[in-house]
Amino acid sequence: MIVADYAVLFAPFQGVPGDLIPLLQHVQAESGYISEEATAHVARFLRMSENVVFGVASFYSQFRFTPPGRHSVKVCLGTACHVRGGEILSRTLERDLGIFPGQTTADRRYDLQRVACLGCCALAPVLQVGPDIYSQVTVIRLREILGAYA
Amino acid sequence: MPSFPSAQESARRKWAELQASPVPVVYLGTASCGRAAGATGVLDAINRTLGDQKRDAVVVQVGCVGPCYLEPLMDIVMPGRPRISYANVTPEKIEPIITSHLGRDEPFMRHALAYHGTDHAGGNGYSGKLPRFFDLPMLKPQVRVVLRNCGFIDPEDIDHYLANDGYVGLMNALAMSPEAVIAEVREAGLRGRGGAGFPTHKKWEICRAAAGEAKYLICNADEGDPGAFMNRSLLEGDPHAVLEGMLIAAYAIGATEGYIYIRAEYPLAIARLKTALAQMRTCGLLGSDIQGSGFDLDITIKEGAGAFVCGEETALIASIEGSRGMPRSRPPFPAIAGLHGMPTIINNVETLGTLPHVLRHGAAWYKQFGKPGNYGTKTFSLVGKIRRAGLIEVPLGTPLRKIIFDIGGGTTKPFKAVQTGGPSGGCLSEEFLDTPLDYESLGAAGSIMGSGGLIVMDQDTCVVDLARYFLNFTQQESCGKCSPCRVGTRHLVEILTRVTDGQGEPDDLTTLENLGEAIKRGSLCGLGQTAPNPVLTTLRYFRPEYLLHVAEKQCSACVCRELTEYRVVPEKCTGCQRCVSACPTGAITGPRAEPHNLDASKCIKCRACYEICRFDAIAGDAIIIRSGRRLAHEPSA
Repeated sequence: MIVADYAVLFAPFQGVPGDLIPLLQHVQAESGYISEEATAHVARFLRMSENVVFGVASFYSQFRFTPPGRHSVKVCLGTACHVRGGEILSRTLERDLGIFPGQTTADRRYDLQRVACLGCCALAPVLQVGPDIYSQVTVIRLREILGAYA
Repeated sequence: MPSFPSAQESARRKWAELQASPVPVVYLGTASCGRAAGATGVLDAINRTLGDQKRDAVVVQVGCVGPCYLEPLMDIVMPGRPRISYANVTPEKIEPIITSHLGRDEPFMRHALAYHGTDHAGGNGYSGKLPRFFDLPMLKPQVRVVLRNCGFIDPEDIDHYLANDGYVGLMNALAMSPEAVIAEVREAGLRGRGGAGFPTHKKWEICRAAAGEAKYLICNADEGDPGAFMNRSLLEGDPHAVLEGMLIAAYAIGATEGYIYIRAEYPLAIARLKTALAQMRTCGLLGSDIQGSGFDLDITIKEGAGAFVCGEETALIASIEGSRGMPRSRPPFPAIAGLHGMPTIINNVETLGTLPHVLRHGAAWYKQFGKPGNYGTKTFSLVGKIRRAGLIEVPLGTPLRKIIFDIGGGTTKPFKAVQTGGPSGGCLSEEFLDTPLDYESLGAAGSIMGSGGLIVMDQDTCVVDLARYFLNFTQQESCGKCSPCRVGTRHLVEILTRVTDGQGEPDDLTTLENLGEAIKRGSLCGLGQTAPNPVLTTLRYFRPEYLLHVAEKQCSACVCRELTEYRVVPEKCTGCQRCVSACPTGAITGPRAEPHNLDASKCIKCRACYEICRFDAIAGDAIIIRSGRRLAHEPSA
């Protein structure tokens, strides 16, 4: 992202401290993650240190600091999903994809995230790939589900 | 700017026209949960079929009625006929349903679930053939106050809300003095629905009396409790109810600025709130001099960025101010010095959603629900190992048994426990089933009401594993400011992991208890003060299960991986080799048509073989998971 883009990105904001989180959300929505470069630009715009910006960003689970994969795989580990086997799904995905939650595969095809609750507890265990939600997922369906995302 | 009576009148006219629509009306639940169950595909199928058959019909997207296990839920109303509900609709079912119901005016009985309304004077009575919707076992025991509009109005149309007595509570409030509004809420005995049950009017009185150039009202929609979705459903299904509550609360405390702090994970609720705010502005229900009363309020949406601790009031304020969401010590309470140092009231979504009813019908009406000290209704999300999962609303004081067995239909396997209050709550055993769900009774049992998550567990759930799960959650969500919570929860997780891995010692149980009590006493905010509840309650009510893990190294539910083993029962094995190809580590071998061999040293217990053997038609259900003498998926004696 070039510097001129940041100016466009920051235009709707006033530059007050309360803008920090909405700004980071805006940056992440545009570029998929918060890069070091973006952190520096946000810090300059809000007249804060980069440490403060990163300190706030890293506090919240929404923000990621590595580029996402083409398909985001989210395993729900809310309580209802946990008692219905979400943990086993997560473990199997980690092994199959060879990455830990929060990481992206080397080919940038998938990234893996554990999420606290997707809010469809009656359909547990739930898996989200990109925008699609799969309900009552079993270990044996996992490979078939993921295979559909190139 | 339209006056309220004229806006109301035109809304009522529009609503009456929809009720008396000369063409069929199709209602489809498209809240997040309905969409997860496939409602988007169903909506496409409805529009496609109507187009193909060249039929004229009105399609209305509504919120969620609550019974998630019936989603997606679609209703059809033919002119002059009762409304008919169809459950678990799929795109494939749409064509036959529309052909029959819209084409021949005959409900497609194979998929029809229930009819609505009390009389069937409108035409063919379905009473003999179908149950009444609100007589269904899940719905009959419920009392719907807060959720009354969910699933019945278009949440993106303010006229639907206005036509159903929307904003009448606000108009009543504006005709009273702020003090009289507070008095009415005091009289109703309304307690905060976010968890602690603090009397709403008390906070308000303090804030009203506090000095400040500005005062703020914040709606706490940071529903972070995993397994709870009451607030999301209300915001998606009836956003104006919450916004009307915000206007009433702001008027009572003298606030001129309002914020909604909502999880970014709820994009649909955020979108609907934005739509609703724009409509309010057009109707003169937001901004300056609302309905000529001289009362001003503006509402801003703030998206949370994912931190459970931000449900705590001072952490939430820090987050809005742009900092790390860490709580601070109190006093001063936010009602005196909150956002930007000004008097601030933070009310939960459901509390705010209740206010319009209190102000519309009066405190006396509201007090018909519940019991002294615990008046009114409460919404719960009923999930876990339960037959009829979903969102429910019952009067406070309803016994757990009624909720789990009458409304939820009980469990398929024998019931074991219920967790109330989410990760901060407690795990209650069977002997507590007659406990009334009120703030004090739950507290006495060592649990809390919380925001309303109810997770039901059967014999296949391990309570030790569940306690570890909750502690793992609170440990990760601990903000790290105070050491009892930061360090203490970490140690609880380590000990619990040791126990579930079969490395536990009998002394560990005492350590868990002592440490848990210390964390409760020493932590700064509600997160730490309640975090040990799952461990302490399971230790209190399910101690034999802990002892089994520690002394016998067994897990009665066969959940704890390290305490289970996988075996092939040679007599049942059909030798189909399905498991051989499913096994990722080559632990299972054997020629076709002969019993297979499972090498325990290679097995990583991923369940792939177990699932395939259980569900594949030619396999023999020959793979077992066992811990000691107990087998997975069998009720322990």
